Amino acid sequence: MLELYGTEIPSRLLLGTARYPSPAMLAESVKRSQTGIVTVSLRRETAGGRQGGALFLMISERGVPRPPPTPRCHGVSEAVVTAEMAREVFRTNWIKLEVIGNHDTLQPDVFALVEAARILSDEGFEVFPYTTDDLIVAERLLDAGCQVLMPWCAPIGTAAGPLNLSALRSMRAHFPDVPLIVDAGIGRPSHAAIVMELGFDAVLLNTAVAGAGDPAAMAEAFAKAIDAGRQAFGAGMLEPRDMAVPSTPVIGKAVFS
Amino acid sequence: MRLIINGETQIVAATTLSQLLTALEYEGEWLATAVNGELIHREERDDHALADNDRIEILTPMQGG
Repeated sequence: MLELYGTEIPSRLLLGTARYPSPAMLAESVKRSQTGIVTVSLRRETAGGRQGGALFLMISERGVPRPPPTPRCHGVSEAVVTAEMAREVFRTNWIKLEVIGNHDTLQPDVFALVEAARILSDEGFEVFPYTTDDLIVAERLLDAGCQVLMPWCAPIGTAAGPLNLSALRSMRAHFPDVPLIVDAGIGRPSHAAIVMELGFDAVLLNTAVAGAGDPAAMAEAFAKAIDAGRQAFGAGMLEPRDMAVPSTPVIGKAVFS
Repeated sequence: MRLIINGETQIVAATTLSQLLTALEYEGEWLATAVNGELIHREERDDHALADNDRIEILTPMQGG
């Protein structure tokens, strides 16, 4: 079973809660995804604290484990104080850390990310850093105290699927014992299956589900693909070959000429 | 007193963070507050005196990915 910071998680699908057509569709998608973790954000409140409370109540009623809040921040100090505010609300040391370096690409600012991860780890946070597939950045994040890594496979919201399979393979090989969760860029269930076949431990989805024609059905489709990919990884897949290999033995084949 | 609350300038009568939340009708457990870039814990709000031009952030859970 997937274990993150000492907590066993019953599903390898993590689901974001943004951009669903309605709260009811979000609830149905959470249910059919059978997710073990949902993610939420922390934003300025405009309705006297009531909107945020309603969201959290819905999540709690679904029996989903307490979510790691996801403050999407720019810069170290903003990330640190927002994480501290998130802990105040959610009463958990888990924090999904996003430090964005560019408004257009939403690419993580990995330098600020490492620094913020170090500060937050020292403050007792258990950090889930949204990062790239760069191995040295990953090492620095582990040095900073992270025990989980969340690399992108393509920029946030692009639905492009894994753009650099070689880098993802290297990451898996380089950090065999670190839980690796693909955090961004997944568009289709087949994309999720591919990264799970590579041996990644879990997938975090949001736009691919929320933006689908039928989000709840898509959530279920992703759950199946993630299970299939994980099972295939464990079962040992064939490597591609250059030459054809007959699947039926040629010995005993009838000869008519 | 002139405060910048969630990015908007407002003139308020409140002198503590607790009074401010009450005056703005914020309620419930789902709030976190910061003043001038520093977290102010829930239990510190009663005693936290506000000053002119303080920057207040009031955050709550929202949908996110």
